[in-house]
Amino acid sequence: MTKKVAAKKVAKKVSPKKLDSKQQTIESLIELIRITSTVVPNDVFKTIEAAAKNEVKNTTADYAMGIIKQNIDLAKYKSQPLCQDTGTVIFYIYHPPGFHQTPFKELIKKSVTLATKKGYLRQNSVNSLTGENAGTNLGEGHPSIHFYEHKSKEVEVKLVLKGGGCENVSAQYSLPDTGLSAGRDLDGVRKVIIDAIHKAQGKGCGPGALGVCIGGDRADSAYYAKKQLLRKLDDKNPHKDLAALEKDIVETCNKLGIGPMGFGGKTTLLSCKATHANRVPASFFVSISYMCWAFRRQGVVLNKNFAIKKWLY
Amino acid sequence: MKKLNYPFSPEAVRELKVGDMVLITGKLFTGRDAVHKYIHDGNKPPVDLKNQIIYHCGPVTMKDKNGKWTVTAAGPTTSIREEPYQWEVIRDYGIVGVIGKGGMGQKTLDACKEHGCVYFHAIGGAAQVLAEKIKSVDGLYLEEFGLPEAIWELSVEEFPVVVTMDAHGNSLHKEVEASSKEILKTVM
Ligand code: SF4
Repeated sequence: MTKKVAAKKVAKKVSPKKLDSKQQTIESLIELIRITSTVVPNDVFKTIEAAAKNEVKNTTADYAMGIIKQNIDLAKYKSQPLCQDTGTVIFYIYHPPGFHQTPFKELIKKSVTLATKKGYLRQNSVNSLTGENAGTNLGEGHPSIHFYEHKSKEVEVKLVLKGGGCENVSAQYSLPDTGLSAGRDLDGVRKVIIDAIHKAQGKGCGPGALGVCIGGDRADSAYYAKKQLLRKLDDKNPHKDLAALEKDIVETCNKLGIGPMGFGGKTTLLSCKATHANRVPASFFVSISYMCWAFRRQGVVLNKNFAIKKWLY
Repeated sequence: MKKLNYPFSPEAVRELKVGDMVLITGKLFTGRDAVHKYIHDGNKPPVDLKNQIIYHCGPVTMKDKNGKWTVTAAGPTTSIREEPYQWEVIRDYGIVGVIGKGGMGQKTLDACKEHGCVYFHAIGGAAQVLAEKIKSVDGLYLEEFGLPEAIWELSVEEFPVVVTMDAHGNSLHKEVEASSKEILKTVM
């Protein structure tokens, strides 16, 4: 941990005071992207470390977890991306009333382009019609940016880099699911989540972490599921039933013996975070967002000059 | 921990069994979708692949001022996409190892058994650790496919992998799939 703190302090020192607010915003956002891409958040690190200790020594699972930990250390030390797939770039911005979203969006785009040039992000955005890669990580829908108004006077920026391999094993089920005997209740929800984990084995670079949404229409359900990835892995769901479901899913999935990378072993799932949204009587969707062990999420609070005031994870 | 050193051979890889943790030292050739499709379409590979290992990887590479290449990130990519082609490449060009992630299917497993080849699983996402094991870039072929899709000839030292499909018809992926399915029935 000392390394991470040190790296941030150094970065702060070199930022000259006289930057205008635009330049300062860009600098802060690039630093946010750098840390997100190269350092796993503390809560994720602790969970991975505990999982690594839990594996039986000298097994392939132990070996895999050891290399994962080495990779985490090395990426931080070299300030290089944890994984070469730097994923879909997703920003969540919480701002006070009266904040101007459009100019901020432009600054985000600039920062993403610059961070790509610096190698913190891979040239990872492809036009779905032409197959063309502009090399900037900008394009239709990229980066993904969500704004929310909040009461605080400060601007908070959260960032998730969502890899492709784990996105490919993310899933959406429609209840009832007769094949799984999963009905329209919490037990049915539980069944489809466990099924998704079983199907994801060997893919998506496990051990993974889940964000789940119960209900909503197809689009909102997937969106809220992914947004659960913003929660710290060691937090507790205030909703009693959801907290119980989260615990049950992790315990049950870790009984499956799928293990890191699907090699067999004790840790198949690092965590599960669930929320719910209302649905219309005719539909009942359950969405599961699967995040690989290279769980890249960070956030910052900006001060009134748009310099980084505080790290959120 | 076992070691596999260059030059590789079908005899040497037949010694390996599912679950073996192996450190590979020697030469690797990267090859992913475009390369496999190219060979499948009847084109001869630009390098002799006899007794060589193919790595399913699209590396992130950089050229320095003197024109020298280095690899800055080199994790494995999902192997199953090459399932339609891999067995042919094993049969026709004599590769003795495939490195990737996620495992492969029955056709590849059968070809491994028949011709003496194994599937090695690298740790997905471990781009930095794996890039560190690459000591030099010795060649670049089929550059026209784009840098991640080209064939890179790499020298590696103690490149860490796990045998998940051996040359005796065993697949760890099949085993884990079957055992987890049994447990699944009891917890659902
Ligand atoms: S699933 Fe995650 S760790 Fe695996 S290759 Fe994709 S981004 Fe990297």
